[in-house]
Amino acid sequence: MNKVFKYIVIDILRNKTVLFYTLFLMVVSFTLFSFEENTAKGLLSLLNIILFIVPLISIIFSTIYIYNCSEFIELLICQPLKRKYIWLSLFNGLAASLSFAFLIGCGIPILIYEPTATGLIMILTGCLLSVIFVAISMLGTVSTRDKAKGIGKAILLWLYFALIFDGLILFLLFQFSEYPLEKLMMVISGFNPIDLSRITVLLRLDVSALMGYTGAVFKDFFGTTFGFIISLFVLSLWVIIPLIISTKKFQTKDL
Amino acid sequence: MIRVNNISKSFSKFKALDSINILCEKGQSIALIGPNGSGKTTLIKSILGMVVPDSGEILFNGNTIKKDFHYRAEIGYMPQIGRYPDNMTIGQVFDMMKDIRKAKVVSLDEELIQNFGLDKIYDKRMRTLSGGTRQKVSAALAFLFNASVLILDEPTAGLDPLSSEILKEKIIKENKSGKLVLITSHILSELDDLISHLIYMQDGKIRLHKSISELKSESGQEKLSKAISAIMISN
Repeated sequence: MNKVFKYIVIDILRNKTVLFYTLFLMVVSFTLFSFEENTAKGLLSLLNIILFIVPLISIIFSTIYIYNCSEFIELLICQPLKRKYIWLSLFNGLAASLSFAFLIGCGIPILIYEPTATGLIMILTGCLLSVIFVAISMLGTVSTRDKAKGIGKAILLWLYFALIFDGLILFLLFQFSEYPLEKLMMVISGFNPIDLSRITVLLRLDVSALMGYTGAVFKDFFGTTFGFIISLFVLSLWVIIPLIISTKKFQTKDL
Repeated sequence: MIRVNNISKSFSKFKALDSINILCEKGQSIALIGPNGSGKTTLIKSILGMVVPDSGEILFNGNTIKKDFHYRAEIGYMPQIGRYPDNMTIGQVFDMMKDIRKAKVVSLDEELIQNFGLDKIYDKRMRTLSGGTRQKVSAALAFLFNASVLILDEPTAGLDPLSSEILKEKIIKENKSGKLVLITSHILSELDDLISHLIYMQDGKIRLHKSISELKSESGQEKLSKAISAIMISN
């Protein structure tokens, strides 16, 4: 596993984008924590920014990187290497560097200002989100040949997960406000990794008290250890399923 | 050594390969010629496992190449357009390839690196290289690992006369030592002293697969280009 992985990580580090991303996350985290007097409030503001920025950067950077890597992939394919090995090394390289960037950029400030279980859960979900969106971007790139189309697809996917999905849910809630939808909402939230991460972290903060009856139902489930484990499991499914599909597709792809 | 059994490949509606059968033996030097878009590169890429055929199978030393990758250690491939990671230097590309293939390599053949003078520009970045220099890097990489099969896709296109002479001599030398060489080219005159067999492809089909001596005696021509045109007309 190590050799190709090593060259990919070196190449990503040589490309300064990930470095700037780390610095940006760090500046944002420190600023937010020092602006708010209450660190819990700082954590909440940071959560909203992380849930927006981390998926965006992960999916766009990975998509562009994989397209730019096509020469390298072609070069490796005619060497005595397994295709699966090449693809997984690429995934590991991207996932490792982006979650490492998040660990440094947001992990350190969080550990300094809020070294609690909630802080740790936030770091964990941030890393998971980075990895999830790397996996999703790899699924997008393997099925699209054209670079411009692929990047467009990545932006649309991000828009869908970050904005459109919530809009659809709100619409659904208003249309069926007469019915008890709380249980259904818990299932639906599993279909969007960003929402699931938001709920997982939010329920650990005091603001969840303001979420009304739905919040209470959510807290009953996600607030428990069992619920937490389930949500981690669903989040890791978001990594595994796209990764398996994209690997399968890559193995029979014509280059 | 390489046996291609009835392979077909279509790209949406376009039929790139249409039930191709070939047998390539050790020590042969085979030219693959044909008009643009006749399927030469697709055939080569199928042998390399870069393109997966729709049907049929390819055997390398008697074993099918499907789901296998070890056989590629036996192949040195020089692509038509060599594309390499942009911000690596020439030296880094060579080191990386050596590192990746290390376990399987017995001895390295760095003759071409020296003859092309690539060792003097080891710290140049790949993106700053001209097309010809890139070709030299591709050629040097193809020969570097002493592979027993050499697949060269238009090797001399873009090379200056001196370098292309160096490359041709190297090809002849390696072929004499018993390696199988597969070349695609459009320049028939330069193939004259290089090849022992000829495959002519058109519209994804093989029109002709003969040894050069057969070809010359059948057509009564001494020059390869004349012999081929004579055969094509009589067909």
